[in-house]
Amino acid sequence: MSSQLHRHATPRRRDPDAGGFLGAAPTLLGAQGLFKSYRKGSHVVPVLKGVDFDVRPGEFVAIVGQSGSGKSTLLHLLGTLDAPDQGEVRFEGNRIDHLRSTSRDLLRNRYFGMIFQFYHLLPELSTLENVLAPLMISQRVWQYVWAWRRNREQATRLLKLVGLGHRLTHRPRELSGGEMQRAAIARALIAGPKVLLADEPTGNLDQETGQEILEILRTLNRQEGLTIVMVTHDNAIAAQADRIVRLVEGRVVQL
Amino acid sequence: MYKLLLSWRYLRTRWIALASVISVTLGVATMIIVNAVMDGFTAEMYNRLHGILSDVVVESHSMSGIPDPAWHQAEIRKVLGEDVVGMTAAVRVPAMLNFRVRGEWVTQQVMAIGIDEKSYAEVSDFSKFLLHPSNREQLSFMLRENGYDAPLPTSGWQHRRLRVGFERAYREQLHKAEQSRQSRFQRESSNAVVAATTEYDVVGHQAGDGVTRAAAFRSDAPGDERQSENNELRDDVDDDRLAIPHDAGNDDSGSNAADRGAAAEGGLPARLPLGQRPAPLAENSVSDPFRRGSDDGTGEEDADASPVFDEMSEQHTGLVLGIAITSLRHRDPDNVVQNYFLARPGDDVQITFPTSGQPPKAVTAKFTIVDLYQSKMSEYDSMFAFMPIEKIQEMRGMIDPATGIPSVTSIQLRLREGVNLAEARDKLRAHFPADRFAYRIDTWRDLQGPLLAAVQMETTILNILLFLIIAVAGFGILATFFMIVVEKTRDIGVLKALGAPSSGVMSIFLNYGLSLGVAGSGMGLVLGLLFVTFINQIAAVVEKILGQEIFDPTVYYFQQIPTIVNPSMLFWVVAGAIVIAVGASVLPSLRAARLHPVEALRYE
Repeated sequence: MSSQLHRHATPRRRDPDAGGFLGAAPTLLGAQGLFKSYRKGSHVVPVLKGVDFDVRPGEFVAIVGQSGSGKSTLLHLLGTLDAPDQGEVRFEGNRIDHLRSTSRDLLRNRYFGMIFQFYHLLPELSTLENVLAPLMISQRVWQYVWAWRRNREQATRLLKLVGLGHRLTHRPRELSGGEMQRAAIARALIAGPKVLLADEPTGNLDQETGQEILEILRTLNRQEGLTIVMVTHDNAIAAQADRIVRLVEGRVVQL
Repeated sequence: MYKLLLSWRYLRTRWIALASVISVTLGVATMIIVNAVMDGFTAEMYNRLHGILSDVVVESHSMSGIPDPAWHQAEIRKVLGEDVVGMTAAVRVPAMLNFRVRGEWVTQQVMAIGIDEKSYAEVSDFSKFLLHPSNREQLSFMLRENGYDAPLPTSGWQHRRLRVGFERAYREQLHKAEQSRQSRFQRESSNAVVAATTEYDVVGHQAGDGVTRAAAFRSDAPGDERQSENNELRDDVDDDRLAIPHDAGNDDSGSNAADRGAAAEGGLPARLPLGQRPAPLAENSVSDPFRRGSDDGTGEEDADASPVFDEMSEQHTGLVLGIAITSLRHRDPDNVVQNYFLARPGDDVQITFPTSGQPPKAVTAKFTIVDLYQSKMSEYDSMFAFMPIEKIQEMRGMIDPATGIPSVTSIQLRLREGVNLAEARDKLRAHFPADRFAYRIDTWRDLQGPLLAAVQMETTILNILLFLIIAVAGFGILATFFMIVVEKTRDIGVLKALGAPSSGVMSIFLNYGLSLGVAGSGMGLVLGLLFVTFINQIAAVVEKILGQEIFDPTVYYFQQIPTIVNPSMLFWVVAGAIVIAVGASVLPSLRAARLHPVEALRYE
């Protein structure tokens, strides 16, 4: 935990141009030959038809595609929210898609941060509590109470980082869309994840606010070296990522 | 942590769930109230049931009873030793009680119980229920002056003197009226009566040479009829008789009796309407039927009275009656419960018992009510008549003519506090086996077994029903929880995406159910206890609103609703409610735990 904090506290500088070309760099998160289909009543709808995908540390990758191209499903599979029918997902070289659910829960809690199109903040909790939610999940009650001050400081720092330092005690419904997405980003970062998985983070925002959110992500990526996988249907947004992976009908189309 | 925080927040923000918990609250409150009242009633009833009964009763099947009670008492002491705190012998026999209310005879069936006034108090709390304060300290079968507790009006000697004085004055008046009526009657119809008297004479002579024989016969055979008739008469003309003592002779002696015997056989009907007393005719038919008026054969057979029994200053054997035997309970127009006493301490009654011989004959004796008791147990209050044991033994012929030892029908024991009654009973049963002794040995619980069992069953069934109410409330929680889980589907998905394990999601809702159960039953506990504490005030308010009495004192004999709050009952009720609330949240929690995170996140 504290080492991860440190990692955030001392951002690694890296050459932004290097990542895309250095195929030799180790894969942080990867997928090989992913197949996934959904059952709708009696017939099966194939979504992913053999997807290969790799993210190297510090990379900002955008997955683009039309609705129904399977980009969200790919993100869910990468984030172990769902299991593929075929193929495998690897994180730091270890296969993670077939792990027991408790291990996958732990993985999501510690190493993956997730943000969503509809922010998905918990309406019963204040902004601060929402940000602290992953810590509440990972820590036992006494640990949480013991580390309360530190947890709170860290959450406050992250909220300030995303520009929400003044709205700690507000409930999500009192925040605007942009503010909610900022809070969601802070929540995704609180546990010091290695990868940020963003599912259409700007999809529900106007262009200006969306751009602000994207700036935050880019800043995180540049300054703190956070690896980001972003799903979007908006080519203009995707263009701001280091690399773009295009999905068409469940297959990756290299550009 | 998130589990507690979220369930706490859900508890605070989901009012619909709190509404579902109100049913738990009401269920718990109702259970507490009902149990407290039932316990109160039961305890009150135990007190009342046990109040007059002793702990263990050895009772004889036979009418003649247990011979030589002293030997039995010694044996019982041998068996039970130190455990016996008090022991007394008693005679119980069904009897018939007669007393007169405004000229009409009232007959009631009672259980006559002969007790030893000193030792009976050792075995039973009977004396606590007496209405005279001095009798509560030490029962005496002598009539007290006055000072009986409410609801008795003026009673005792004071009442007796007033009553007798009034009756005498009244008879005086009646007597005068009768005389004037008779003198008129004499003038108008002397011829007819003379004819009738002549007939008596003829019959009298035909009956045989000895008039005495006829009289002796008559004193046996139509005795019952005559006796009752004379009793009727006596009450009306007592005082006149007392004024002329020599008239109050014995049945079998003197020519008076002979005359009367003849008269009774003659034209006189055995029973006459009250207005037409045969007395004047009967007594004096031979010489002059009209001259002596009503100074006639009155209560000659009044056995216990020496030649002169002055009602003003003397009493018959004392008798203690249950309050319901002689009183009527009703409400006056102001809705206040009133007792109307048909007879009260100071009044005389007569009791008819079967004798102990074979075949049993009826014997009748007069008693003076010296006190009433109110055990508030209607079965006892309307049945038991207590009297001195010597009197009943003597009247029933229970004294062994050879040895002079009186027998009894039951021996009653009070045992040391905390002694197992059933065990003591079994020891006694072993010592007095049924094949050798015709005794029934029972504890007071055995004697009231069916009633106690009925109350117990009633309580159990009520509890089951009320618990079903809480179970219904549990289904309410179940439905509400399913709705909340559906409503919270996306949040559940988010939590899972954030790494919350299924067990954690499940425990959010289990915690939620638990806190609802605790909150609901806690509120129910407070509500129930408040209700129980102020139940009498609440009942008063409800009575005012509805205009109907909830706990009718004429039925229950309670002025206050008795309640007992049993801590273990509280614990079980609350624990049961919480278990139901948690149990009802298990299914929704499982559903929440099994939600697929992706589907949950997509849920709109």
